[in-house]
Amino acid sequence: MNSTAVSTGTEGTTWGGGNQPLKSSYGKMMMWFFIVSDALTFSGFLAAYGFSRFKFIDYWPIADEVFTHVPFLHGQELPMIYVAFMTFILIMSSVTMVLAVDAGHEMKKNKVIWYMFFTIIGGAIFVGSQAWEWATFIKGDYGAVQTKGGNILQFGTYVTNDGEEIFKRIAVEDFAVATYTDRVQHESKKGIWFKSESSLPEFSVEDIYSGLESNSSILVRSQAINNDGEKTVLSREESLNQIKKNGKRYIKGANLEVNEYGASLFADFFFFITGFHGFHVFSGVVINIIIFFNVIIGTYERRKNYEMVEKVGLYWHFVDLVWVFVFTFFYLV
Amino acid sequence: MADHAHKLEIFRGLIKFKSNTQKIWGVLLLLSIITAVEVVLGIYKPEILMSPSMSPFEGGFGATILNILFSVFIYTKSLNLIFIVLTIVKAYYITWDFMHMRDETKSLRRIVVWTAVFLICYLIFILLQEGGYIESVYTDGFIKRDF
Repeated sequence: MNSTAVSTGTEGTTWGGGNQPLKSSYGKMMMWFFIVSDALTFSGFLAAYGFSRFKFIDYWPIADEVFTHVPFLHGQELPMIYVAFMTFILIMSSVTMVLAVDAGHEMKKNKVIWYMFFTIIGGAIFVGSQAWEWATFIKGDYGAVQTKGGNILQFGTYVTNDGEEIFKRIAVEDFAVATYTDRVQHESKKGIWFKSESSLPEFSVEDIYSGLESNSSILVRSQAINNDGEKTVLSREESLNQIKKNGKRYIKGANLEVNEYGASLFADFFFFITGFHGFHVFSGVVINIIIFFNVIIGTYERRKNYEMVEKVGLYWHFVDLVWVFVFTFFYLV
Repeated sequence: MADHAHKLEIFRGLIKFKSNTQKIWGVLLLLSIITAVEVVLGIYKPEILMSPSMSPFEGGFGATILNILFSVFIYTKSLNLIFIVLTIVKAYYITWDFMHMRDETKSLRRIVVWTAVFLICYLIFILLQEGGYIESVYTDGFIKRDF
């Protein structure tokens, strides 16, 4: 019966598997290797973002002008405040996670439970905030005109604020009046059954042009970034000319195809990178919940070690680590 | 695992914490301060930091070599450079103290960190170089991309 089990007599010696040069358990090591590969995936995304940004370096949207919203504070421009809050929440949940790991080392079950609980709450707040951020981005705020070449023309006017002349954005809705048009949305039931289109834009380019013509203070801003690091504002004459000659359609908000803030690639990368990160946070929360219940029912107490908490902790910190880079390259740089 | 030993020094031994818990709160404080500095700099954007800190070297082959060596100071805005450095500092403390890299063996640390750092640097170099090249073709080449 035992004829196939060969004993070599080297078990437990250096070359018989007895040596543990990394002094780390299998599970922890595999988690580290997974993290390395996942880190490479994320850096691939961020480097691709850098590639596209370098490609359109003089036309890229300025993040400070895009992410200016904070929940419950309508109409105020507060760049970065909310995303800083999100960063802080995630770092804070990392701290409660590492405290849970620490309590696990000391075999204090109740402490582990509470710290895991706070970690899950922090993760949930973060995912919720990200959903809100997406919703705000998709909804948009001022609207813009897309040109035939795919560029974005935005509207605004010069106002004096504390003796300083600044360019203040104006929403298209505030100066354009939608007029009657014969053009109706094409639905599949009204014509060829396999052809339909999404809802028509609220304004036609002609509506926007006549609105612009009757408001002499409104100017058009192009995507090009000037030497002061600001978007170029066109002269009144050029503004009218651009809309009349190049205007193709009115757009509001952002999606995978167009983006009222500028290059559509910016929106694509935003959805893709923060989406992929958000998916990591979400799965992290789910794994945390599983481990949380395992702690409660005493699985690790019986196992006499809380290494599982440590492993899920590694993943959770990694999610935080990625966010630190996303925060820098999407919102700061 | 009760005898699990933690290294309690940060800043190369400048600050030594009494317990692991205390170290965690100390690192949180550090990370929060760095994030706060980033946010403040990002909102106010001091004029002095909005341009690169060095201007390109002029002249022959030697100047080109110097431009490559000092490229981060010549072609990156000082503010962006500060953001990137602060990000790496934050990443270091998250990995070393929250992920307990400080307590792992030297070989595990090197397997993880060197592999990732090498491959990421390579990736960034190649993609950014190519992006910059395409930008130069769009700008200086005989290509019209806006109709």
